[in-house]
Amino acid sequence: MSNQEKIVAIIRQVSGKSSVPDGDESLFESGYLDSFALPDMVSAIEAEFGIAIPDSDLTPRKFDSIARIESYIEARS
Amino acid sequence: MASLAGFGAYVPDRRLSNAELAARLDCTPEWIYEVSGIESRHIAEESQTVEDLALLAAQNCLGELKIESSEIGMILVSSGSAARRFPGPAASVGKALGIPGVPCLDIPVASAGSLFGLALAGRLSEAYGTILLVAAEKMSEISQREPLDKNVAILFGDGAGACLVTPGSKGLCIVDSVLHSDGAFANDLFLDADGRLGMNGLTVIMQASRKIPAAIQEVLKKRKKAAADIAVFLMHQANQNLIDRVAKGLGVPGGRFYSNISHVGNTSSASMLIAAAEYFRLNKLNPGERAVFAAFGAGFHWGALLTESSEVNFRG
Repeated sequence: MSNQEKIVAIIRQVSGKSSVPDGDESLFESGYLDSFALPDMVSAIEAEFGIAIPDSDLTPRKFDSIARIESYIEARS
Repeated sequence: MASLAGFGAYVPDRRLSNAELAARLDCTPEWIYEVSGIESRHIAEESQTVEDLALLAAQNCLGELKIESSEIGMILVSSGSAARRFPGPAASVGKALGIPGVPCLDIPVASAGSLFGLALAGRLSEAYGTILLVAAEKMSEISQREPLDKNVAILFGDGAGACLVTPGSKGLCIVDSVLHSDGAFANDLFLDADGRLGMNGLTVIMQASRKIPAAIQEVLKKRKKAAADIAVFLMHQANQNLIDRVAKGLGVPGGRFYSNISHVGNTSSASMLIAAAEYFRLNKLNPGERAVFAAFGAGFHWGALLTESSEVNFRG
């Protein structure tokens, strides 16, 4: 499974929705995730990819879209 | 060693319901409740100042404890919404209580101000004796300004809370505390000099969801305690969804986190003490039973404070 597929699976699980936005679309402005789903998504990403995301990286800018999450994870790898 | 001898609170009579707010905003009362857990909030009269709210909470606290203001050695007042840049409300509260000459110090910290005040008062009481801590906020002047910002207008209410901190170990003993700040997020939650409130809700929730449980775990670990050892958690009443998330993060039942946000709203730094006053009007702690206070807010500032009752039926 690719990183993108893993991210999509996490977003589906956290949101409870079967569809997902386009890669560059904002997960929040589109109403796909609300602010309280974001911490769950970050925890799931940490568990799936075996990384610890520091508090200083916890900004929507890094997790606002599938593409940004993928870039973040690749940079951490 | 210092202890929390008891609490007091004041909230204005006027309530602003979700239905009233929803009629002015493009939303429904149900949506407001869903995203915040708030059903109504108290709104001060136009003529009421932060100082007025603070004094009423202080008098309530002193009255409940049957303490004369002449016994106070220092006053701390936390507020992020005082009308003046200086002087802050602390000296006015001292004047209104009729204790000129007693040192009065302002803590201009929104949300976490009362938690910082408790921790500071615990340290200062050895030198100054009985310390009156008050947290007072008139958030409606900011949150109800036109044009309304939906995400701000639904959250905030007005009110004040107070706590008397005394040297010694009678009451709710302060066991330990942890305080933290990180100015890297100063632009994510702020109040401009012109009264404009800026809030990056996503960042605030992300950071608070992680930092509050971490601070609680930190203070518990220092004293070799676990979350399961705590009888009640008294947290800044920011948002019910956040309170639920912190409880979940610590693995304790949500009911262990006392909440009054549904009928008081988010009163910024006053909220934790208002919640404590309400909790101890309805509940009691016995020797060895523990309460944890925790808060997070603009700055960012955050932390937690561990207390343990030394009294039978401590009711504040």
